[in-house]
Amino acid sequence: MSTEAKVDNSRRNLLVATSVVGGAACVGTLVPFVISMTPSERALAAGAPVEADISKLAPGEMMTVEWRGKPVWIIRRTPEMLASLKKTDSLVSDPTSEKPMQPEYAKNDARAIKPEYLVVVGICTHLGCSPSSKFKQGAEEGMVADWAGGFICPCHGSQFDLAGRVMKSMPAPDNLPVPPHKYLSDARILIGEDDKGA
Amino acid sequence: MAAEKQVTTTGLLGWIDERFPLTVMWKQHLSEYYAPRNFNFWYFFGSLALMVLVIQIFTGIFLVMHYKPDASLNASGVPVAFASVEYIMRDVPWGWLIRYMHSTGASAFFIVVYLHMFRGMIYGSYRKPRELIWLFGVFIFLALMAEAFFGYLLPWGQMSYWGAQVIVNLFSAIPLIGDGLSIWLRGDFVVGDATLNRFFSFHVIAIPFVLAGLVVAHIIALHEVGSNNPDGIEIKKKKDPATGIPLDGIPFHPYYTVKDIVGVAVFLIIFSWIIFFAPEGGNYFIEANNFIPADPLKTPPHIAPVWYFTPFYSVLRAVTYPLFGLDAKFWGVVAMGASVLIFAFLPWLDRSPVKSIRYKGPIFKAAITIFVISFIVLGYLGLLAPTAGRTLAAQIFSVLYFAFFLLMPWYSRMDKCKPEPERVTE
Repeated sequence: MSTEAKVDNSRRNLLVATSVVGGAACVGTLVPFVISMTPSERALAAGAPVEADISKLAPGEMMTVEWRGKPVWIIRRTPEMLASLKKTDSLVSDPTSEKPMQPEYAKNDARAIKPEYLVVVGICTHLGCSPSSKFKQGAEEGMVADWAGGFICPCHGSQFDLAGRVMKSMPAPDNLPVPPHKYLSDARILIGEDDKGA
Repeated sequence: MAAEKQVTTTGLLGWIDERFPLTVMWKQHLSEYYAPRNFNFWYFFGSLALMVLVIQIFTGIFLVMHYKPDASLNASGVPVAFASVEYIMRDVPWGWLIRYMHSTGASAFFIVVYLHMFRGMIYGSYRKPRELIWLFGVFIFLALMAEAFFGYLLPWGQMSYWGAQVIVNLFSAIPLIGDGLSIWLRGDFVVGDATLNRFFSFHVIAIPFVLAGLVVAHIIALHEVGSNNPDGIEIKKKKDPATGIPLDGIPFHPYYTVKDIVGVAVFLIIFSWIIFFAPEGGNYFIEANNFIPADPLKTPPHIAPVWYFTPFYSVLRAVTYPLFGLDAKFWGVVAMGASVLIFAFLPWLDRSPVKSIRYKGPIFKAAITIFVISFIVLGYLGLLAPTAGRTLAAQIFSVLYFAFFLLMPWYSRMDKCKPEPERVTE
């Protein structure tokens, strides 16, 4: 007895069609589960801009404010610190800030609106650790003798200069990002919002 | 109507056997599962791994009774999750013991599994017909790494937090979809409460189920083809013509159950000593920074993964060159992934005519020695802060690590092997 002869094609077609529809329904049911793992409405709403008071920040010092759960550094750079950026121009991988790691108004030599104040997100572009400050020049910070001052990431050793520009041949691919920000007055910075409606 | 099943057992056991293959399973997997009679020291670690898994599940059940996966701050300004672990340590009766059994168990699991994998590598246990046992084993190892990683976030200390931050960000290195993928994994733009809750879910439900299923598959595959042995020869080739039992085989029970119990006793002595006298394992099992609550604004000055991940972490750090227009970060992640997954290809990389190191030639012996040294040196470097010299060392040893696998098809064929014996040796 041949099994070929006994195949009822209309039943087989029905079987295939129901399997396909059932399979599609199973895949469709997965969608809500996958989407449920994306950031919730509450997480999305937590991105409000924050205000920082920089009136008490002394030259050469740094303060940290929290914006969207991330540390944002504000560094008041001394003239020597700004001068060190000339020295690091040849050492960093993106000296002219060509990659879009900053708003247009910070795409300049100091990567800042006012050269004196650097505002960057203190999260290494490699794997998200927060670099440590090594502001002093030379070997004083346990760095190499010609260290110009900057940051080093404790996780994988990426080095940044005092404009948050990453040195060549480091694990981190990009400069530290400059968040959208604006000056409300000389003493107050709003982080997370600028005049471009961002 | 089907005829009643014929069973030889009587009484309660007979009643069960008519309805469930209890005696059949007992015989198939224990009393009539014939294992080679020449098992040595290295054969303790399979059963020990199973026992550590049971310890982890059992202690885990009790930890979940007291632990709270909550990243919000309590009235004293301490994250609830961190505080609940301290509560287990200080206020729950015997909570410290259960927690230390679990945290030490995690490290013990990896010690035992690494020794178990090494056994497979030196005796060629991955070779035909045991490729699937080996593959299930690699999947178990991957699941175990995921389980350990998810679990390490739960105490919500500084190392927990920044470790998770780094590993989740590894996915952001994937071109195009990377950023979206890492946000999806975290459920937020930074590691936060959403991340903690889902890691808890994966750690206590999803991965343990997967792990248990894979362990069953690993053992079923093993019992289908039979165990390898230190001589790397098939005992099924020489059977007693009358009984069909391999001449060099002995029933797993009672011979190896009793032997394994001795292994368990020795293991538990060492395990208990660590739990009672060095539960943090000299800062290697629980790192000092993890006694500080997670601070999303400040990375500790030195962070490193727990010791069992450091060889692979060193490979990640060793890649500092961009290639084909993709940056070093992406290739580092690829290299790290490859350093784990490459174990899966061993059955097809090894072209040696013999399985066991006992009959393999000097090239394999040198290669596996270099591999072990590379693995240990990479592991050691992964614990330390990176410097230029250490990065160079990590690069050299990463190349040696991969060379062991990638050159194997050639050196395993060139090697001068000795002839295998007909029967297992003493």
